[in-house]
Amino acid sequence: MNPVNYLYLAALLFTIGAAGVLIRRNAIVIFMCIELMLNACNLAFVTFSRMHGNLDGQIIAFFTMVVAAAEVVIGLAIIVTIFRSRHSASVDDAGLLKL
Amino acid sequence: MENLIGLLVLVPLLGAGVLLCGGRRLDSSAPWIGTLLAALSFVIGAVLFAGMLGRDGEDRELGTTVFSWVPVGDFRADVGFQLDQLSMTFVLLITGVGSLIHLYSIGYMAHDERRRRFFGYLNLFLAAMLLLVVADNYLLLYVGWEGVGLASYLLIGFWQHKPSAATAAKKAFLVNRVGDVGLSIAIMLMFTTFGTFAFGPVLEGADRAGEGKLTAIGLVLLLAACGKSAQVPLQSWLGDAMEGPTPVSALIHAATMVTAGVYLITRSGAIFDGAPDAQTAVVTVGAVTLLFGAIVGCAKDDIKKALAGSTMSQIGYMILAAGLGPIGYAFAIMHLVTHGFFKAGLFLGAGSVMHGMNDEVDMRRYGGLRSYMPVTFVTFGLGYLAIIGFPGLSGFFSKDKIIEAAFAKGGTEGWILGGTALLGAAITAYYMTRVMILTFFGEKRWQPDAAGEPPHPHESPRTMTVPMIVLAFGSVFAGGLFSLNDAFLNWLEPVTGHAEGHSPVTAVQVTAATMVVLFVGVALAWAQYGRAPVPVTAPRGNVLVRAARRDLLQDDVNHIVLVRGGEHLTRSLVYLDHTVVDGVVNGTAASVGGLSGRMRRLQNGFARSYAVSMFGGAAVLVAATLLMRAV
Repeated sequence: MNPVNYLYLAALLFTIGAAGVLIRRNAIVIFMCIELMLNACNLAFVTFSRMHGNLDGQIIAFFTMVVAAAEVVIGLAIIVTIFRSRHSASVDDAGLLKL
Repeated sequence: MENLIGLLVLVPLLGAGVLLCGGRRLDSSAPWIGTLLAALSFVIGAVLFAGMLGRDGEDRELGTTVFSWVPVGDFRADVGFQLDQLSMTFVLLITGVGSLIHLYSIGYMAHDERRRRFFGYLNLFLAAMLLLVVADNYLLLYVGWEGVGLASYLLIGFWQHKPSAATAAKKAFLVNRVGDVGLSIAIMLMFTTFGTFAFGPVLEGADRAGEGKLTAIGLVLLLAACGKSAQVPLQSWLGDAMEGPTPVSALIHAATMVTAGVYLITRSGAIFDGAPDAQTAVVTVGAVTLLFGAIVGCAKDDIKKALAGSTMSQIGYMILAAGLGPIGYAFAIMHLVTHGFFKAGLFLGAGSVMHGMNDEVDMRRYGGLRSYMPVTFVTFGLGYLAIIGFPGLSGFFSKDKIIEAAFAKGGTEGWILGGTALLGAAITAYYMTRVMILTFFGEKRWQPDAAGEPPHPHESPRTMTVPMIVLAFGSVFAGGLFSLNDAFLNWLEPVTGHAEGHSPVTAVQVTAATMVVLFVGVALAWAQYGRAPVPVTAPRGNVLVRAARRDLLQDDVNHIVLVRGGEHLTRSLVYLDHTVVDGVVNGTAASVGGLSGRMRRLQNGFARSYAVSMFGGAAVLVAATLLMRAV
């Protein structure tokens, strides 16, 4: 199968993720969309790794997963804390730091 | 012998230290301590003088380096003393007349509570002036120069509880600063030109330096001399300095302070000889001042201020003579010495009159004092005859020589200078006769003082009359002694050199002309004040008289040019600061503030809109990268 198709898929997934981040209000959903974008990137990395015949892309994909896992841990903790105090997970409500 | 030179300065300095730090327990003995130390300094000077007379003309100079003051690499500034005939003359004048003034002050200041301090300051004054004349380099001379300025400030403002005295002291100090700046620039110029400021190398190397440099040094030296010697245009402090106690005026006018400028110019003769333009400036200043001071002296009713105008005028003669070069140096110094005698005598006499008249200074309220104060009358009268140049007295010999030398300058310049000097002699005769008649002759015009107490004029105590008598002897005989076989000329010649000018008029003609103008001046004054009764309040007078009473508008000129000018300058600088400098700073701050106010709107608190800008930015970056690669 032509590897370029994977790239199309990755682009599609990234676009969906980006659109979700920009459009949705719920922090959890935005979070999931960010994960989607990260995984789209991983897919692109792995595809490029395959196309160019070296392993750099695959290694980067592992790094991305580690970073994404760390990000999920911290991000979810923040979201849960905000939800507890404000009874809402809407990002538009979390504007307290603005002057 | 050399060590004595340092002692000469150290003795009065020690006196100043002891008296100023000694505390109250010295209060009663302070006048005698101060006077004894001044006299001791005179004795040391006399010993040095005797030693100097024992040697021949060329080896009379003594020199010693005491210690290295500022040794930095190749730069050396030493504390060293030099005593040649010129310094010796000054040393004897300063310590001799200074000691007499100390003695006089014992009586004059007897009732002043702060006399310990007064005598401390007097000793400091002597020490500073002695340092000035025995220094062997310009930097050390500058130390003495500043010391003289400080001591004069302290003494003029001695009665500091009077606002006028405090102001006069400040004025004297500030005007002197202008001159001091001149001297400091001169020293810097000397250092860049000659690499040193010791008298020897500077004066010997003067003919190798360019004329332009010498002219520059000469002009700033002249500025310095103008400040200390109260010459036009820095003369305005002298009249106000009369606020100090009378012995201080005598000291400033006769022995110390105002003579420093003449010393400086005579000492730096080699520099002026190589700079004819600077010399022209010097004689111009001298000629202008001698008329200026004389005219001011004619209009003043305050006896001390009339004498102050006279000092200005006589110093003008000296500066004029010093500006003539080798034909005049010796006569400048000779007039300085004889002037020291008679002017000190006149001031002490004026102080004695004031002492007897409840501190009244207005001559229009004196009159007929000759029978009440016989000693003061005789000594003052001899001083008077000496200053107007009565034949046979001191002033006759010294002033006549200066007038001759002025004519001997040659050409049109010689005629102008000689004519000015002659005119000055006539005015001198006029104003001094006026002082004499108003004070000692005519009917009594005494007025009760502020407390309603009529004055009871009486002769002053012995401590005051003795110095006056000694000074009167000097006023009578000094000039004749100096002129005997040209003794003074030969004495100074190794230092200042001497040249005969080519005078268009003979000495006899000059003397005759001097006698004529002298007679005219005296006769005019007698016609105006001796024959007619003198009103107690001064008549309004014509424009010139009114201007002369205001010191020929010198303060007004200073006020308009310097004070107003300075105010306008500072105001425009403040305006510039407010508009331009503050404008730039405030404008920058305001524009940054305004811009950030706009930028702040971008932060609306919606995380999603930040996300849009992030994506937008990333998209732009990617697009730019692609575009760059395509190009």
